[in-house]
Amino acid sequence: MKELICIACPNGCRLTVDEKTNAVSGNKCLRGEKFALKEITCPTRSLTSTIATVFDDCPVISVKTDGEIPKDKIFSVMKELKKIKVEKRLKIGDIVIANVADANVNIVATKNM
Amino acid sequence: MRREHFDIAVIGGGPAGLAAATVASEKGAKVALIEREPSLGGILKQCVHDGFGVIRYDQKLTGPEYAQKEIDKLNKNETTKFLLTFVTKITKRSSDFVIQFVNRSGADEIEAKKIILATGCRERTSKQIGVHGTNPAGVLTAGTAQNYVNLQGLMPTRKCVILGSGDIGLIMARRLTLEGAQVVGVYEAKSAPGGLTRNVVQCLKDFNIPLYLSHTVTKVFGVDRLNAVEISKVDDKMNPIAGSEQIVECDSLILSVGLIPENEIAKQLCVPLCPYTKGAVVDQTLMTLTDNVFSCGNALHVSDLADYVSESGEIAGAMACAKIKNRNLVNVTKNKNLLYVVPQKINLDAPLDETVFYFRVAEEYENAKLTIYADEKVVFSKKYVHLRPPEMERLKLNLEAYSDCHGFSFVLEVGV
Ligand SMILES: Cc1cc2nc3c(=O)[nH]c(=O)nc-3n(C[C@H](O)[C@H](O)[C@H](O)COP(=O)(O)OP(=O)(O)OC[C@H]3O[C@@H](n4cnc5c(N)ncnc54)[C@H](O)[C@@H]3O)c2cc1C
Ligand code: SF4
Repeated sequence: MKELICIACPNGCRLTVDEKTNAVSGNKCLRGEKFALKEITCPTRSLTSTIATVFDDCPVISVKTDGEIPKDKIFSVMKELKKIKVEKRLKIGDIVIANVADANVNIVATKNM
Repeated sequence: MRREHFDIAVIGGGPAGLAAATVASEKGAKVALIEREPSLGGILKQCVHDGFGVIRYDQKLTGPEYAQKEIDKLNKNETTKFLLTFVTKITKRSSDFVIQFVNRSGADEIEAKKIILATGCRERTSKQIGVHGTNPAGVLTAGTAQNYVNLQGLMPTRKCVILGSGDIGLIMARRLTLEGAQVVGVYEAKSAPGGLTRNVVQCLKDFNIPLYLSHTVTKVFGVDRLNAVEISKVDDKMNPIAGSEQIVECDSLILSVGLIPENEIAKQLCVPLCPYTKGAVVDQTLMTLTDNVFSCGNALHVSDLADYVSESGEIAGAMACAKIKNRNLVNVTKNKNLLYVVPQKINLDAPLDETVFYFRVAEEYENAKLTIYADEKVVFSKKYVHLRPPEMERLKLNLEAYSDCHGFSFVLEVGV
């Protein structure tokens, strides 16, 4: 038995997972079950951050991964973000880095510059 | 002097003001939206993390994405926007208001029949919590740190201590760690975390940042720049325990010790404030006790979800357009297990079909039962397995059947 807190929404349900039978309880919705099963096998997170730009009126642009990445890849993705400087005015959803750190997700802008 | 006249003036262009202005414009009102910053979106502009919009859009959005959706909605209608414009004073006249403001072209005024205050909240600072010692640089609020990192691209610290476990502090603990700073620990004077449980998990546990409950900062050291803080354990009355002091080296002390509704303008207008929320006392239309002045969003009470902030903006926007002829106000009271209930009044002559209540508990409770009475009649009751002060609860009730009652009361029984 493993106790977890579901982080899929602000409710933060307290979950219990039986690692043998994969039975999940305590979840108010199905997303909780999905979260628990992933958390005990391969925990993933979405990452949000900022990337430096060349523009004075907007020195950084906010970005996110367009999907979840394995938890242990977070810092290698952060390293990639530090390497670049945005030189083009971007809009929400524009890809800044494709397939970042081979994590099978893209880094996309979350702000209209 | 000829002033431009509006039906409604919305003060503040965060999610509350955006929603209020959008709904009022959709209903055909002539709306002025006044914001002191160069762009709309309010505090969401610096909240680059995700988790916004789960209720409103069924999506996990970042703050700037959520703000953009709200701005796009606003732009579908005609609204007069005043940016880089700071409202300095509002004066009530017999049938309308004069709004004074300053912007780049100097001081100016407009008139409006109704006012919606959506000025958000501000953070408590070290002056308000009583930390002793020198007054060095390096003591800053979590929101200020968030502004540095997320909007200006500047790192305010290499090694810091975070005092208080409010959500912004937890989120900044993660953010600063991602950017390469060392967060020595998050210290919380209360015996339970101040922020959402999910933030304790995904911001602290995920990054092995220690959380020390029942601890506080008692002294700061450093002449020009902070170089260390003194941490003490506290007893259950939150008084420091002598002999428990320890010195922690750091270059910054980041405070996340609570948010207070921003109500400078409300105070000028003599709008009565509620001692529990520190925001205005309102009825279910979100009209304050000063007729035709409405309050919504974090200026009304601090919400933990932007989604609810937008909802309250929509209520205020719609009700500012509605014809409410009379105010027949009765009280909404609460027992001591509840920290607050909003609205604090019900106008029995205003629409009662969709009355939205927000409440917070005073302490963490397991197995509690909420009963809402209209006089002695039970209007609603619900059992809760788990209630925590950081997590605001919301209820939507139809009160039409009680339009002749003398008052409503919220009673939370614990351990049932
Ligand atoms: C530092 C900080 C971080 C936060 N982080 C989160 C978070 O991560 N997640 C979350 O859900 N909530 C967060 N909150 C709570 C957040 O405030 C709400 O979610 C939401 O943004 C509140 O919306 P609002 O419209 O009520 O206020 P705000 O977004 O604060 O907007 C108020 C606006 O009013 C303007 N204003 C104020 N006074 C005047 C004046 N006199 N004249 C002209 N304009 C004026 C301000 O410039 C501001 O743009 C945070 C709050 C703060 C203070
Ligand atoms: S189980 Fe569902 S309701 Fe509960 S926290 Fe997870 S996503 Fe939210």
